[in-house]
Amino acid sequence: MKSPNKQQQIQKTTKSKVTGDNIFKILTTIIATSALIILLITGYTLVKGSIPVVQNFGVNFFFGQQWNPVEGREIYGILPYILGTLTTSGVALLIGVPLSLGIAIFLVEMAPKSLRVPISYIIELLAAVPSVIYGLWGLRVLRGWMVTYIETPLSKYLGWIPIFSGNPQGLDIFTAGVILAIMIIPTIASLSKEVLTAVPNSIREGAYSIGATKWEVTKRWVLSYGKSGIFAAIILGLGRAIGETMAVTMLIGNATGPSAMPTSLFQSGQTMASLIANGFTEATAGSLKYSTYLGVGLTLLIMSLVINVGAHLIMTRVFKVKGGAIEQ
Amino acid sequence: MTTTTTTITQEEQNNKHVTNDQTQQEIDQTAKMQAINVNVWFGQKHVLKSVNLTVKPNTVTAIIGPSGCGKSTFLRCFNRMHELAPNAKMTGKILLDCEDIYERKIDPVQIRRRVGMVFQKPNPFPTMSIYDNVAAGLKLTGTKNGKHLDDIVKRSLEQATLWDEVHEDLKKPGTSISGGQQQRLCIARAIALQPEVILMDEPCSALDPIATAKIEKLIIELKRNYAVVIVTHNMQQASRISDYTAFMYMGELIEFGETRQLFENPKVKLTENYITGAFG
Repeated sequence: MKSPNKQQQIQKTTKSKVTGDNIFKILTTIIATSALIILLITGYTLVKGSIPVVQNFGVNFFFGQQWNPVEGREIYGILPYILGTLTTSGVALLIGVPLSLGIAIFLVEMAPKSLRVPISYIIELLAAVPSVIYGLWGLRVLRGWMVTYIETPLSKYLGWIPIFSGNPQGLDIFTAGVILAIMIIPTIASLSKEVLTAVPNSIREGAYSIGATKWEVTKRWVLSYGKSGIFAAIILGLGRAIGETMAVTMLIGNATGPSAMPTSLFQSGQTMASLIANGFTEATAGSLKYSTYLGVGLTLLIMSLVINVGAHLIMTRVFKVKGGAIEQ
Repeated sequence: MTTTTTTITQEEQNNKHVTNDQTQQEIDQTAKMQAINVNVWFGQKHVLKSVNLTVKPNTVTAIIGPSGCGKSTFLRCFNRMHELAPNAKMTGKILLDCEDIYERKIDPVQIRRRVGMVFQKPNPFPTMSIYDNVAAGLKLTGTKNGKHLDDIVKRSLEQATLWDEVHEDLKKPGTSISGGQQQRLCIARAIALQPEVILMDEPCSALDPIATAKIEKLIIELKRNYAVVIVTHNMQQASRISDYTAFMYMGELIEFGETRQLFENPKVKLTENYITGAFG
């Protein structure tokens, strides 16, 4: 009598446990897949919405420069904004990466602890500043500095180089790039700092023991060991620069049509993100203009995905990284 | 001081001071390296207390003592590696060929090229090939790739008794070989610079007995060309390979002498207690 009862009990408890586990498993699976589902829904919305404009203009949508929203004579080409996005992000990386690496190297290799902790904290705090604040500061302060101290002298003395030509107003691709650089510094610097901190001390000691100077240790050993991590940090920064909207919209001058082609750093431009932010609310649902903005959104999304996937491939193929560590 | 009095009597204290005084306060012209009155602090902590030691050329000098006695710190003073610790402070002199390596005009980088070092845990450079691990130090001084560098790499690996095992894999990463091989690679890396002295900080403590035996054999070979200073907490190892042994305890050098004499007939009771396993 006793033993079957016990068995039953055991069966019962194991059974209920299994069911609980199953529910838990199903629940977490749903939650985990919801991320993918959201991406798919977003992609679907963008693809579906941008079909009209692509049908209308074909490849000229991507490679055209004209922008005319007047009904009946509508023509939309987004090449200037694709290039604008790439140019501002490029400027941001050119300025932001060396500064970020300098900060990271200083914090990890040079700074005494009394400086390291507060500076690291402040840099991470910079990432928490809302982008509209950067935009405001850019409008009120940075724009003036750029015109007076950088753009005017550059165009005066190096104006014969096409990218420095034009009459600097401060609301241009260069200013937008600089504000982006400032905005991606916290990301790249704090991630690179983590990467450099993770470089084993035994490597530094080994390098010092064969007569390397501090600079050589940093350049040939520490950075070399951390290069894949630093690359990942730069890609994350690039991701932020490509998608950043508010501050760029406030500073880039928001040109449209052929004049938005980034031929000079000192002229007004437009990025894909700022274009959408500027016009999307004015477009009526279902109109060609509406479809255009969704098409721009799709292009931006694809660009971000390609960069991320490409970066991942480079990391696994070139640096042979798996799970964030150098294979040994 | 107060901490040691519990284990040694007053007489032995005096005895110890005698030994300390005997290990020259003045410059020994025959020494390759000589530590005179070395004191080291980490922050407020006084980790080395007036240590004197002489390293003769073409000998192996072992430094033994319990964990935390300051032997590794002392070793690092010999190539100014302890300066990498941000709060380290040092007084005293360390002479290399009768010249103080702590003099203002002297560049620690130059000292480290003359006084090589091998660490406790094998630390070949993971981003470099076996070849580049050995060549790294020479490349820093501007030696270009080519026959000359190939020769030095080969000779260094041969001296480190590693050439036969890796000569076909020179392009593989330095971390792709076994722990014992890695440690010999680190020795090859140190001797590629043709230093005058090689410091070894418990070089076998992360290795198995067979790898240890190979390194020990190698160390005895090395003294033909170099002076070797080895820190070890393995007393058998010290007695097997060294010519001179220093016993350190609580930041002080308790006894220093010929290995045989120190192990068979220690002058200080504390040394005897340590080598007979009474504490440690």
